[in-house]
Amino acid sequence: MMVSITIDGVKVQAEEGSTILEVAKFYGIEIPTLCYHDELTPYGSCRLCTVEVDDGRKTRLVASCLYPVEEGIRVKTHTERLIKGRKMILELLIARCPNSKILQDLASEIGLEQVRFKTENEDCILCGLCVRMCAEQMRSGAIGFVGRGQKREIVTPFRMASEICRNCGACMYICPAVNLKCQGVNSPGELCNSCLIITPQCLEKYGQVMCTQESCGVCIKKEKK
Amino acid sequence: MKKIRNRTHLEKIRRKLLENRESGKRCITISSGTCGRVSDSQKVVEAIYTAVKNHGVEDKVYIRVTGCHGFCQVAPILVIYPDGIFYQQVTAKDAEDIITETILANRVVDRLLYVDPTTGQKIVYEKDVPFFVKQKRLLLGNNRFVDPTKIEDYIAVGGYKALGKVLFEMNAEEVIEEIKRSGLRGRGGAGFPTGAKWESCNSAKGAIKNVVCNADEGDPGAYMDRSLLEGNPHSIIEGMIIGAYAIGAQQGYIYVRYEYPLAIKNTQLALNQARKYGLLGKNIIGSGFDFDIKVAIGAGAFVCGESTALIASVEGKMGEPRAKYVHTVERGLRNNPTNLNNVKTWANIPLIINYGATWYSKIGTEKSKGTGIFSLVGKINNTGLVEVPMGTPLREIIYDIGGGIPEGKKFKAVETGGPSGGCLPAKLLDLPVDFERLTEVGSMMGSGGMIVMDENTCMVDVALYFLNFLEDETCGKCVPCREGIKRMLEIVTRTTKGLGKEEDLKLLEELAETVKDFSLCGLGKTAPNPVLSTLRYFRDEYEAHVRDKKCPAGVCKNLIEYFILETACTGCGSCLKLCPQQAIKGELKKPHIISSENCIKCGICSDACPVEAIIVR
Repeated sequence: MMVSITIDGVKVQAEEGSTILEVAKFYGIEIPTLCYHDELTPYGSCRLCTVEVDDGRKTRLVASCLYPVEEGIRVKTHTERLIKGRKMILELLIARCPNSKILQDLASEIGLEQVRFKTENEDCILCGLCVRMCAEQMRSGAIGFVGRGQKREIVTPFRMASEICRNCGACMYICPAVNLKCQGVNSPGELCNSCLIITPQCLEKYGQVMCTQESCGVCIKKEKK
Repeated sequence: MKKIRNRTHLEKIRRKLLENRESGKRCITISSGTCGRVSDSQKVVEAIYTAVKNHGVEDKVYIRVTGCHGFCQVAPILVIYPDGIFYQQVTAKDAEDIITETILANRVVDRLLYVDPTTGQKIVYEKDVPFFVKQKRLLLGNNRFVDPTKIEDYIAVGGYKALGKVLFEMNAEEVIEEIKRSGLRGRGGAGFPTGAKWESCNSAKGAIKNVVCNADEGDPGAYMDRSLLEGNPHSIIEGMIIGAYAIGAQQGYIYVRYEYPLAIKNTQLALNQARKYGLLGKNIIGSGFDFDIKVAIGAGAFVCGESTALIASVEGKMGEPRAKYVHTVERGLRNNPTNLNNVKTWANIPLIINYGATWYSKIGTEKSKGTGIFSLVGKINNTGLVEVPMGTPLREIIYDIGGGIPEGKKFKAVETGGPSGGCLPAKLLDLPVDFERLTEVGSMMGSGGMIVMDENTCMVDVALYFLNFLEDETCGKCVPCREGIKRMLEIVTRTTKGLGKEEDLKLLEELAETVKDFSLCGLGKTAPNPVLSTLRYFRDEYEAHVRDKKCPAGVCKNLIEYFILETACTGCGSCLKLCPQQAIKGELKKPHIISSENCIKCGICSDACPVEAIIVR
């Protein structure tokens, strides 16, 4: 079934059940995202993809990665209110992770000029892509969120080397933010311990690197960045 | 205890229970909810039992241990029915007198009577206590007639009558129509029409449907839900069974927070008794309807009061919300249609069925029907639970029922709706309290918390308090809420320390708007309310902190100074002895001075000064 919706003034046809973000992407309308990936369940945590939806009764701000299209809705993707909010979200994120390239790139795209908050020195933006990648695509579930609020972080269960982690490196592959510098002994247990293993497991087992993707593991990606 | 076979059987049991209840005995009722228990009500109960036994008056009196009566300020409360003699702040020592004087000699124990603080008059009867006079206690009223651990008490006062009516006289559509017509709105805070919610859950597709009672009450200073669950759990259970019948649900959950042990205990007890009577389980009182309720215990996260986070928690997942673009009535608990309502919403249902939608819709305002329960706390004379019709002005709640501000101080603000609500100033005291009006002025109804503040409260400090609470309680899933609250807290903390900059207020407002607009769930969307409302109504205080580096209320430690008035100081030396920092110097009988370098602004000196010579400036 197709429904017709209006995005930024253009009337388009969309498949029922798809999200606003998917439809916008299909028609070439760019909406910034951080925690979204085509092949993973949308999570709706970065809120950068927030758009204005008018369903005839009221206008709401919704996360486009999660909102299923409905007949007749009018979507605006780049209003003043939205840009202002996105800028503020990026400002908040950069204050947390000032050294993240993806954040810096997005900031210059959107025109963010200053960060008015005290900067910290975190690497992880807590988008949860690695958690979903590990669980959904790698069928493992070796990492997950722990803690609430400011104490929230992504670790292996009980911060111990995970038994089900295959050291595939998918978490690192998908991570948009962390500059993959080896953290060595400083933070053992984080991100499935791959960073602690200097030689990838496949090398030990098969005598050669078995990566099928461009940058599956520590060995390659470390060099590249 | 036999299973109730049908409606006639239920009525027969009720008649029998009533006969026993009104067998000419006087009933000593002792309030022993959590508020009573912290004031040693359990010792009072024990002492009364002993005294009754010692005097051999078992045939003359009946002792009923109930939940909270609502007037927590003077707990534990002891009322003797049918006369309604009202004793307050009773201790175990008073038990002997109560039996010998009141029960045996029919005299009132003068020292236990309630004294009206405004008129100074002693009040004998419960019905004359001003705190109760102006209330309309539809939900809380039964707390004093019911021992929550005895289902028989609830049945005797008319309990499960509505259930009988629904199961044998009405079909699901008729029940929904009745609730819709009553105008009942969700009491959890958002005020969504209950009937409409039930209707969508009823028409949603799913093999299994659930009803959930949200008793994850977490607002600081709010305890309405706890008192209802502790004092009259069957009213909620009855409401849930009726709801389940209307929706077609098979399974119910009561989600209570771990911090409410008595509520959990009484609810579980009530569920077991209801099951034994055949009011829960298979073929409820012979009607052919099957339904059961489980208690789910929360782990103490404020965010789990949000419906989707609550459902995740019941499922055993991390208590985090998800976007509600597909509503929980369609896909909720384990992806099945789930109808979630607040404790007070469920407790309203039997009332509406018993007395009819027309009767109910006459109470309250045009759009907000029924009564609202508010927990009146803070700087107020009569702390307690207040139940009034919707639309009652704030002034009536705070002054007529609450008895005004202690020590004759001036009213400054009232915080409604907990950390998600806002602070309303004195000029809004005549505002009728209902869902729409509170939202219009930048606050919200919320679950019903009402924190009163006097002139000695610093509004920036209040905003700081709520931000601290929210920073602890945000789940951290979405960026605006997690990072935004942290940064708002940073700015407000800076302000209270006198390190605020002129541009901070603009940044704070900008930040608050983003958090409000962009957050994922209700917690984030309402988190900036305490900041926005204090900025709206008390901007001058923020400006004083930022520009003049002064805290007008004398609260923020970095901005105040303790000072001894030379003319008033008698040189008694009380302050000097108590100062933990040895910051006070001076000879006996000569004016002392405080060295501001060593002073940690603890305020001990000013409390100790007999002539009030130490001031804050």
